[in-house]
Amino acid sequence: MRSSGLRFVRRKWTNWSMLALSAVSAAFGLFWLLWILKDLIHMGLPAINWAFFTKLPTPPGMTGGGLANAIAGTLMLTVLATAIGVPVGVLAGTYLAEYGQKNLFASTVRFISDVLMSAPSIVVGVFVYAILVAPLKGFSGLAGGVALAIIMIPVVTRTTEEMLNLVPNALREAALALGAPYWKVVLRICYRRVLAGMTTGIMLAVARVSGETAPLLFTSLNNPYWNFNLLKPTGTLNVTIFNYAMSPYDDWRTKAWGAALLITMGVLLMTILARLVVKRTGE
Amino acid sequence: MNRMTATKSLIRTEAKGAAPSDPRPSPGRKAIIEVKDLNFYYGTNQALKGISLPIYGNEVTAFIGPSGCGKSTLLRTFNRMFDLYRGHRATGEILLDGRNILDKDVDVTALRARVGMVFQKPTPFPMSIFENIAFGIRLYEKLPKSVLRERIEIALRQAALWEEVKDKLHHSGRSLSGGQQQRLCIARAIAVEPEVVLMDEPASALDPIATAKIEELIYDLKERYTIAIVTHNMQQAARVSAFTAFLYLGELVEYDETEKIFTTPKETRTRDYLTGRFG
Repeated sequence: MRSSGLRFVRRKWTNWSMLALSAVSAAFGLFWLLWILKDLIHMGLPAINWAFFTKLPTPPGMTGGGLANAIAGTLMLTVLATAIGVPVGVLAGTYLAEYGQKNLFASTVRFISDVLMSAPSIVVGVFVYAILVAPLKGFSGLAGGVALAIIMIPVVTRTTEEMLNLVPNALREAALALGAPYWKVVLRICYRRVLAGMTTGIMLAVARVSGETAPLLFTSLNNPYWNFNLLKPTGTLNVTIFNYAMSPYDDWRTKAWGAALLITMGVLLMTILARLVVKRTGE
Repeated sequence: MNRMTATKSLIRTEAKGAAPSDPRPSPGRKAIIEVKDLNFYYGTNQALKGISLPIYGNEVTAFIGPSGCGKSTLLRTFNRMFDLYRGHRATGEILLDGRNILDKDVDVTALRARVGMVFQKPTPFPMSIFENIAFGIRLYEKLPKSVLRERIEIALRQAALWEEVKDKLHHSGRSLSGGQQQRLCIARAIAVEPEVVLMDEPASALDPIATAKIEELIYDLKERYTIAIVTHNMQQAARVSAFTAFLYLGELVEYDETEKIFTTPKETRTRDYLTGRFG
């Protein structure tokens, strides 16, 4: 009796200590996140005003002005990257899950995709510098968009594949048993079934590349003026943060905080939007 | 289950194919499917060994046997479902109206239009009840909306589901109960007007009341369709089918009229299985 009572006490104690340990770990992670958010809001909020969204940057040392060109540039590059990255990623993921499955080509693509996903993004920047910036003899928004797309493709590919793998095979068989051709089964049944999950995955991929800075340093560079020409250097919030944060001017450093806050809020908004979409179409 | 109520809910104007005469099986009926010396392999593992049997038109044929005996495998050869998987292959002949459907040049899409299937677990597509049925119809016909609606109503009535869903055709198919989902799947299968409907344990995931409804439905449907059903439930086979095939370890042990199989089986193995001595 005594020994089993002791074992019971030990079990309870182990349970309690493990619970405490995991709670502390969770709090530890959350602590830094909240600290970052607090600093961002505290330091960035003063920079946010009407001019911040509508005016061009001022010359070094002068106060006032805004980052309108960089906001436009970030939006432009993100849209370009999405336009290239999402279709390629979705189609590649569809190939892996529905057609290639375990064949050698698919396995190779899957492996390379995983490698690419964990490659440092600066490597992608240098790569695009070599294939686009150098041959075209100039930094350009196009190169920036392509670099972001390359970062996006493996994420979207693997998300799409993993989502499609969740579709029960019985559903495919049921559609095929009606005499539907396979492409129609994928398009009308499988995609529909995983629409919510795929949308979330894509939104997260978009959010991720919209915060990338390193690949842009070698590709779109920077531009203090309005630019909508994809073949010219383009200013972005990310590179602006990089430049302004290291400058000796207080006003610029405040603007860098403001830009950081804006990007963070943009990502947050996108994530919330993705969740809403999931809820709305939640099958 | 009252068999006298069997035909009352069928609202279809034009008859399809030959009208069924008497409900009793009789020798000399026309076989719509003729299986001849069928062997099936999962890779190197042989799952069916030299199966030969007829499937008679406008009758229900049941496949019974213990798990792993090959009854589902046999059913899935009739619409070439196994084509989907590498290493699955069949040899021998399955004649549908005299044509061997195992031939390489058979168009499986056209075959599956003639041979529909209902699965063990209900598989409603992720779309509305209306769209679930329209999906199959649209594969073969381009119909004006009003005609499409009519066809969907007919299919739902035949599947005895119309009264329960007529006011919520645009709700998700997945919002229905399990038994309703299965009847939706049956409606979807018959909406494309196949000749044969394959059913792979269609009631095994359902409660007794839903099962009774499905069985009643199967009994009704044979007026218009030829039905081949796999079942674990021997009472179910006895209730709904006119012919029964007993399979064991990939072999066809006995095939006969259901009544004979259940009352005077010729083979000891059939008798042992039916009396619960193994399986």
